[in-house]
Amino acid sequence: MSANQDGTNLLEVRGLTKIFGTLTACDHIDLDIARGEIQALLGENGAGKSTLVKMLFGSLEPNAGEIFWNGQAVRISSPGVAKKLGIGMVFQHFSLFEALTAAENIALSLDDGSPISSIAAKARALSFSYGLPLDPESLVGDLSVGERQRIEIIRCLLQTPQLIILDEPTSVLTPQEADKLFETLERLRSEGKSILYISHRLEEVKRICDRATVLRHGKVVGHCNPREETASSLARMMVGNEVQAVVRAPVEGIATAQPLLEIRNLSRKPATPFSIPLKGINLNVRAGEVIGIAGVAGNGQGEFFECVSGEVLQQDAASVRIRGKDAGGLTITGRRLLGAAFVPEERLGHGAAPRMKLSENLLLSRHATDGKAFVGTGGMVKSAAIYAAAQRIIEAMDVRKSAPDPEAAALSGGNLQKFIVGRELDRRPSVLVVNQPTWGVDAGAAAHIRQALIELSRSGSAVLVISQDLDELFEISDAIAVMHNGVLSKPMPIAEATFEKVGLLMGGAEPGHAEHTLETA
Amino acid sequence: MMRLELVKRPQRSALFSALSPFIAFALTIIAGAIMFALLGVNPLTAFNIYFIEPISQVWQLHELAIKAAPLILIAVGLSVCYKANIWNIGAEGQFILGGIVGSIIPVLFPQFEGPLVLPLMLLLGMVGGAAYAAIPALLKTRFGTNEILTSLMLVYVAQLFLDWLVRGPWRDPQGHGFPQTIQFGDSAVLPELMPDAGRANWGFVFALVAAVLVWILMSRMLKGFEVRVLGSSPRAGRFAGFGLNRMVFFAFLLSGALAGLAGISEVSGAIGQLQPVISPGYGFTAIIVAFLGRLNPIGIVAAGLVLALTYLGGEAVQSALGISDKVARVFQGMLLFFVLGCDTLIHYRIRLIGLALTKPQDAAKLEAAPKLKEAR
Repeated sequence: MSANQDGTNLLEVRGLTKIFGTLTACDHIDLDIARGEIQALLGENGAGKSTLVKMLFGSLEPNAGEIFWNGQAVRISSPGVAKKLGIGMVFQHFSLFEALTAAENIALSLDDGSPISSIAAKARALSFSYGLPLDPESLVGDLSVGERQRIEIIRCLLQTPQLIILDEPTSVLTPQEADKLFETLERLRSEGKSILYISHRLEEVKRICDRATVLRHGKVVGHCNPREETASSLARMMVGNEVQAVVRAPVEGIATAQPLLEIRNLSRKPATPFSIPLKGINLNVRAGEVIGIAGVAGNGQGEFFECVSGEVLQQDAASVRIRGKDAGGLTITGRRLLGAAFVPEERLGHGAAPRMKLSENLLLSRHATDGKAFVGTGGMVKSAAIYAAAQRIIEAMDVRKSAPDPEAAALSGGNLQKFIVGRELDRRPSVLVVNQPTWGVDAGAAAHIRQALIELSRSGSAVLVISQDLDELFEISDAIAVMHNGVLSKPMPIAEATFEKVGLLMGGAEPGHAEHTLETA
Repeated sequence: MMRLELVKRPQRSALFSALSPFIAFALTIIAGAIMFALLGVNPLTAFNIYFIEPISQVWQLHELAIKAAPLILIAVGLSVCYKANIWNIGAEGQFILGGIVGSIIPVLFPQFEGPLVLPLMLLLGMVGGAAYAAIPALLKTRFGTNEILTSLMLVYVAQLFLDWLVRGPWRDPQGHGFPQTIQFGDSAVLPELMPDAGRANWGFVFALVAAVLVWILMSRMLKGFEVRVLGSSPRAGRFAGFGLNRMVFFAFLLSGALAGLAGISEVSGAIGQLQPVISPGYGFTAIIVAFLGRLNPIGIVAAGLVLALTYLGGEAVQSALGISDKVARVFQGMLLFFVLGCDTLIHYRIRLIGLALTKPQDAAKLEAAPKLKEAR
């Protein structure tokens, strides 16, 4: 750890507490950040990481506790105050205007009124010196996610922060882009800047962080040197118990099995100026196998999911075939009746209606397929039947909840995801398409969901998993295809796939993917 | 510099949500008292005339039912629209078209009599209201027009169409030039429930039946579930396979049919012929009824009775105190204002934000400045 200039830490947090209603999101958190260190903040979703950094950045006000900056007590009442102190933040979700240039976006966040041209020059110089190549004149809408992140980082650096907070920065990057980012972070550390690095990716934490603070259920449960820990010992600290490894039995005779889901030359024009067009996608998913689709977020996965699920219909009925029948012209209900089931990425508001009970949310996707069981004569809902079925799913998936049949919004993200996946598994669908199955789900529950997906395929169903989490795809897939800029690569059998190969495809480095060259400069 | 900001409350209070209409009513009474005092009338006297006297005798309760029936019928239909997040503001026009279309038989075929006449009239009234409501639905689904504007503007079209009809082609030739149709024949008049006690007709029964049926629809049936899902989270509704366009038509046709039924019930029951004006704004007041009743059919029955009383009270203060009966509109407006205000404050709290309350950390700024050069 680097030396303290005057014996005090850059930032000290004592007893910081934030209460939302009955939930104590942060419970007497103590945290020290020294000058020139990269400190990891580890924890599962819902552990209180985001709440803590929002308090440090002035977006939330703590209920109790103190923050010391250079040894002096400060009250960070707004992001503006945080910036003046020298705290910068790069958010997980970017706040950029797609129709403006990079320089214009940067100018918007600086309130010194300097002309765009001088900001562009500063940004260019800064980006060059940190090895983050960026053209300040380019439109944000045309940039890749990795490039957009660079804008956020440069915007943050222009304000000369002493402490930079990065919230899950690599979740949207290819492995190669992430490498580039780590170089930049190490460079910043060597200049004496401090970095608070929030992540749940244990390998990268081990690689770049000097120290780690682990949160669980809003409390600090430990400090450690990640380099001396293993990924599983870090996971144990985060989760509080041993995470069961997923077992994937090898399958035989896949090549001759019948394809249950066939995508043939599927294309889609962009629905909005900034959505990704799909170009000639071909894919077969056979009975008994799990196919994974990797890719950096925003390369057409969402658009693809809508096409396959039937939320968007196709002109060519044969471009999506389910169990040997043309389904391109069928609505999502028609496709479900053919035996398909879908789990969208967004849980609240898409996969579930937030203000409705779990039993009602069960009806949401199954009112047609289980029409006889759940809906009686004259369209009367059999509330006892849906309640019983919801309880069955809650038990099977170990959904933790506060009331017998709570509203979907009352569940934590992970528990709601378990319910939504369980809702579809409960049908034993012959085709399951799932987008980001374990996004934001804690490690224990994620293992449970992954195992369930594998078991569904081994019982003779076709499972298609779209995910940004490469570890997850390597764990459960029999073959991995990569989506880049609306084009899907050929599936690579898992025995041949490596992080390196998949990472290169994610960056667009295949002959068919000429439009975006790999962004390592 | 200060500004006001609405901050979402982390939790909704179930108690205050239920109390909200009553709080709104109490605030309306207080504001009403101030208004009467400013008009130079003792508020207690005025309230007695406005709220108590109009319902102190049995025949007056019948009058209340006559006024409440159309309000409840229309509001129950509108509640389905509003739950689906579809904004039908044109129930007044659908009410008028229901009255017109339902009157085709007694006006154009007065010789056709018998027990079939009334059911046919009611059916035609519903068809007329639904067909008129289909226009904004079609415009919305086809061209993406805003249904608030189109349904509202169609109200004026309906009002002028009725005016033209009763002055022109449908005018009673023996009516001494008065702008009205012939009096409906006996078999075309909606019977009174208890002719000995008062004038209340079957329209009130229709309203109660409609409230119960819509309550079953919304709370027990798949269609009601569809309405609620599409209204609260349209994307989840699409994922469920529910079509938004079909829902626009369903909600407009249902609310239009109920408004049309209210229209023909009013014309054949309370009025007995078509006139240039057949509604004192029932279609608009029903919007207040729907919200005061929490968009719940049972609540709407209660709210309909309260709003009906504001009409009766308005007439009463006009005759007893010489105050304009526009005071009824004032009460209705205040009630809607306060009920929406209470609802907002249950979900949000008001925060005063001072723009220059935080001290700039000059020291930190000064210290940070030289680092800019280092960074470059």
